[in-house]
Amino acid sequence: MIVDLEQFVAKNSSFWDELAALLARIEQNPDKPFTLAEAEKLHYLYQRAVSGLGRISGLPPSNELRRYLEALVARAHVELHDARRRGTPFRPLAWFFGVFPRTFRRHFRAFLIASLVTLLGALFGGFALAVDDTAKDTLLPFSHLLGDPKERVLAEEAGDVQDEGRGTFASFLFQNNLSVSIRTLAFGLFWGIGSVLLLFYNGVILGAVCFDYVRAGEGVFLAGWLLPHGATEIPSILIAGQAGILLGRAIIGWADETPLVERLRSLAPDLVTLIGGVGVLLVCAALVESFLSQHHAPVLPYAAKIAFGVVELIALGAFLGMSGRQRGLPGRRWGYGK
Amino acid sequence: MASRLDALIVETGDGVEFTLPLAGVMTRFLAWFLDLFVIGAISTAGTQLVGLFSVFSSDAAQAFRIVLFFAVSTGYAFTCEWRLRGQTIGKRLFGIRVVDAEGMKLKVSQLILRNLLRMADMLPLAYVVGGAAMLLSKKAQRLGDFAAGTVVVRVVNWELPALAGLLGDEYNTLAEHAVVVARLRREVEPSAAQAALGALMRREHLDAEHRVLLFGEFARHFKSLVRFPEHALTGMSDERFVQNVVRLLFQKEKLKVPAART
Repeated sequence: MIVDLEQFVAKNSSFWDELAALLARIEQNPDKPFTLAEAEKLHYLYQRAVSGLGRISGLPPSNELRRYLEALVARAHVELHDARRRGTPFRPLAWFFGVFPRTFRRHFRAFLIASLVTLLGALFGGFALAVDDTAKDTLLPFSHLLGDPKERVLAEEAGDVQDEGRGTFASFLFQNNLSVSIRTLAFGLFWGIGSVLLLFYNGVILGAVCFDYVRAGEGVFLAGWLLPHGATEIPSILIAGQAGILLGRAIIGWADETPLVERLRSLAPDLVTLIGGVGVLLVCAALVESFLSQHHAPVLPYAAKIAFGVVELIALGAFLGMSGRQRGLPGRRWGYGK
Repeated sequence: MASRLDALIVETGDGVEFTLPLAGVMTRFLAWFLDLFVIGAISTAGTQLVGLFSVFSSDAAQAFRIVLFFAVSTGYAFTCEWRLRGQTIGKRLFGIRVVDAEGMKLKVSQLILRNLLRMADMLPLAYVVGGAAMLLSKKAQRLGDFAAGTVVVRVVNWELPALAGLLGDEYNTLAEHAVVVARLRREVEPSAAQAALGALMRREHLDAEHRVLLFGEFARHFKSLVRFPEHALTGMSDERFVQNVVRLLFQKEKLKVPAART
């Protein structure tokens, strides 16, 4: 439709200017809630701009007036279709004790699969070391795990291990474990295969270490060393794997007719919640590993360390299984989001 | 390979479309390259600052250094994009911005996810996977963008064009021929009229030779649709003719209706 452009602009430009000014105000204070009057005004001005854009939609895309109105409509569209509740601050405690465990439970089957893959990796790691002792150099990436377990236990119990640098060690562990967790999530983009491979590889390392220490008759030392921090660290990696498997499943979309973009869009908040929870758990694990796990008998009796680890594991299980329970909320399922 | 789009096209619930020009792969790469320097600068400054703790405990200072570097390198992009409405410092300097792929408000979860999934895009080194994904993607999305439902667009601040005077207000001799003008308004396709208007709006950016050629083409096209009397066109350049035609099409000029014969 050919319109009288000069007259069209003269008639509408004051409304567009008003909309641009209102948008600038909103954009400067994105968290400030709208008043009813502001919302009504924004909607009215947006409708006028949309109607104007509709009238000149026949103009070529390069036309300045069309570009100006499109940019204006795009900005207003964003503000009008803001699904967030403005002015609602993020509540970390409510999120950690409510949203995180609920999200975990909703996708519990993915967690079971992550656990199963890790267990298979652990069995393979133990088996590989049982049939080929030289495989240790290949399977274990950390130099402090390559030595003889008995020698390490003797050194640790004699107090030969330096007490300095616990803080550095804690921060190194935190960033290393969080990097591994993020990678485990991110590699889920490759149809979940990347996450499964990383979980399996983590399992191989774990299984090889456990087998090495148990074979050397140092099972108690192993439990006293691994349980206090492993009780949170290993489930954290499994939760990251849970997120990666969910991502892979959403990308594959078996027996799901929801479009791929929609599947990913509804899953995104859950993935962020799971990896956020992993971050918090890993802070705890790193602190425990640095300041507790590395102290051994006679400074800290193994029984006390094992008991601490078991209590921690039960507490974590109870937290993930029961915290934030609300009547009427959906239980565990495979589905996405919400 | 999906055919690349130059712009993200969003259809509103009101059935109207708007477009956002997509950022190119190279621009995004340069923006990220600049961000790497910013990350390096922040980390170095932070490390120096944290080094002051070593007076009390070298262990604590080193621990803070590790956490700080990790936090800056992992959280820089997210924090900037969250606080600066989809822009890092590099993106701001190169005039690009992260937006929701459906034209909605960006959610914090989208920003976190696109930045965490960067780990997959960075494989095996220097964003080879992410770059390939962008080249293959219709909307130039890396994998993280795709999973988070985001795209990166160019930021252009369009001003309301000054239309007054664009078409001139001189006497339009063609308006004297009301019957021909009526036929012209009926015959001219909207696309041709809009293209001619676009050419007039941009004519100052054309070099002389192309300007003559372009308006010659438009004039030939309009003259093939309707025939104005020869005397009305005497001494009128092709560009002036096109300008007068566009005025007749886009402005409600008073036409001189010929007097009825008695």
